[in-house]
Amino acid sequence: MTTRLRVLDDGAWISVDDHREVRVSELWRLDTDEFCGCDLADLVVENFQTVGVDGSTVEVRVYGQCIACGASGTTGWIPVGRIRDGSFAAIDRSAIRRPRPETNQ
Amino acid sequence: MPTDVENWKSEVYGSEIRDHLFEFAERGFDSIPDDERDAWFERFKWWGLYHQRNGQEGYFMMRIGTPNGVLEPGQLRVVGEIADEYARGPGTNPIFGDAYADFTTRQSIQLHWIELSDVPAIFEKLEANGLSTQQACGDSWRNIVGNPVAGKDAQEVIDAWPVIRDLNETFKGNDDHSNLPRKWKVSVTGSADGSGQGDINDLAFEPAYKEVDGEDVVGFNVRVGGGLSRNEPRLARDIDVWVSPERVSDVAGGLSALFRDNGDREDRYNARIKFLVDEWGAERVRETLQEEYVDFDLHTAGRDVREEYTYNTGAGERNDLIGIHDQKDGTNFVGLNVLVGRMGAEDVLELADVAEEYGSGEVRLSQRQNVIVTDVPDDAIDDLLDEPILEHYSPSPSPFMRGSVACTGTEYCSLSIVETKNRQVRYARWLKENVELPDDVDQFHIHLSGCTASCAQPQIADVSLRGMKTRKDGEPVEALDVGLGGGLGAEPQFARWVTQRVPADEVPGAIANLIDTFAAEREEGESFRAFVARHDDDELDAFVDPEETDYDDPMMHNTKRTWYPYAEDDSLDSAPPAPADD
Repeated sequence: MTTRLRVLDDGAWISVDDHREVRVSELWRLDTDEFCGCDLADLVVENFQTVGVDGSTVEVRVYGQCIACGASGTTGWIPVGRIRDGSFAAIDRSAIRRPRPETNQ
Repeated sequence: MPTDVENWKSEVYGSEIRDHLFEFAERGFDSIPDDERDAWFERFKWWGLYHQRNGQEGYFMMRIGTPNGVLEPGQLRVVGEIADEYARGPGTNPIFGDAYADFTTRQSIQLHWIELSDVPAIFEKLEANGLSTQQACGDSWRNIVGNPVAGKDAQEVIDAWPVIRDLNETFKGNDDHSNLPRKWKVSVTGSADGSGQGDINDLAFEPAYKEVDGEDVVGFNVRVGGGLSRNEPRLARDIDVWVSPERVSDVAGGLSALFRDNGDREDRYNARIKFLVDEWGAERVRETLQEEYVDFDLHTAGRDVREEYTYNTGAGERNDLIGIHDQKDGTNFVGLNVLVGRMGAEDVLELADVAEEYGSGEVRLSQRQNVIVTDVPDDAIDDLLDEPILEHYSPSPSPFMRGSVACTGTEYCSLSIVETKNRQVRYARWLKENVELPDDVDQFHIHLSGCTASCAQPQIADVSLRGMKTRKDGEPVEALDVGLGGGLGAEPQFARWVTQRVPADEVPGAIANLIDTFAAEREEGESFRAFVARHDDDELDAFVDPEETDYDDPMMHNTKRTWYPYAEDDSLDSAPPAPADD
């Protein structure tokens, strides 16, 4: 069974099987030293750039800004949820997210 | 690889969407197959329907494209009646009530809470009265903008209204130009005030003189590739072409086709023609246009009148079209301030009455979200000014009221990060009561955009505000980035973003402190824009100085996590179901 994943409306949200599941304007905590120098980036999600999957994990690349230090740019692949039994289950918005290390790009 | 949107467009797009839209309207919202919703909502945009944000499932924003902002006699009443009957939803706005119309920065009209089942009846009424939503959104020719008083303005160089009408008739519903890589925004201006704001459009025609066969002829210079969105603002580039009014359609069609054939259809973020002009350069755009898309020799650019531009320049006369102005036929046009462009349906109907009583019944919309009553004889001016509705929609408003522009914001928009329209109303009211501008400064433009899409055109204001977040006392709150010193004119300049992430409740204090410093330290007669230009970013950041005041902001939380920010029970879990098909 395939899952349809899309970035729509100028990067405003992620569609999973034609349902709006993940939206901009949230603050995400990122555990990465690749986006900015903060121990824990406090990222405003401004635009979704791309969406993909790694196994059952739905991932996105996001344009945003760390409100702790002001660094802005596009992130690596960040998990936003999982597909379980054909349904999307979002990661809790307060979770600390770790971008997947780039391996083949 | 083409995007999903391109694949959907290749299957069904353009005029043919209408039959499907009406079928869904007839059979009900739920008749849209679950696995086709993204595709159909994308296509509906071509007919001016934009699905509102999550929490408002099944409701649509409807955009009516009014070329050059012209509403012919009777049309404003139609808009008011449709807003009153159909633009009512489950949410009530505490400032604007239950039914209203939004006048946009591209001289269009937006209505909210439109139900799919009502679309055929609305279209029937619009079209019976010469109005349309066709191509108001989507990847094609959008509403053509310009100086709204074209054909009437005593100051105009050339009447652009016949040109705009011709372009509108030629490129609306034109299958060769209905599926472009992305939106296509065109401005045609015939006045010397710059009020068409061509610099920020994909394609701009600006008045210019050219010697042709020994005679000085008035026509248009052509610029391509302007736009403000996505942190990538561009001014339209001069492609060294002058065109006569009779040839505008050929050149516009050629450039639209050039964009259709060469724009990026694999990456929507790179699709606007501004990026193609970046890549090619203006010279190659001109060469390609000449060699492949027009069958006559292009003239080189003529003598423009950009030195005379005043609109949105931050100095001089006519920074907007508010107030009483001469028409070339001896009557007057009267520009009225519509704060943040939103007008209640009852007021729309009342204004339609007033326009009929004192003018011709015609009304026009400006790119500063204001409304203009045209054709008012001298002897009717005093009585018009005495009309009660002009107390609220004033021809001589406070600088903070007339300078306010705001986008839709999180009330309805998926992309916005913060609440905008009501916030800008609160800001303007507070600034009016609490801040004094120097006596010789009667205009001060503050534009509030909820995100980087820049629908409020924040980069071309004295004070630019853009939605952001920050933490205050550890809690996430809505915030704004502050930019200064933007404006158009002979030397257009985008705002410099000098202060980031100001909590929204500290912005009025920040603007008050900024204006205090400006008033104290400006040189004699210096405009705010010139004042900004002679200071560096660090100095300006210090002038902004955010501060809490008695301004109270009730929307500091994440308004996007509500189904409607002003609902008593605003949680997404309490969102109303999609409207029943009655």
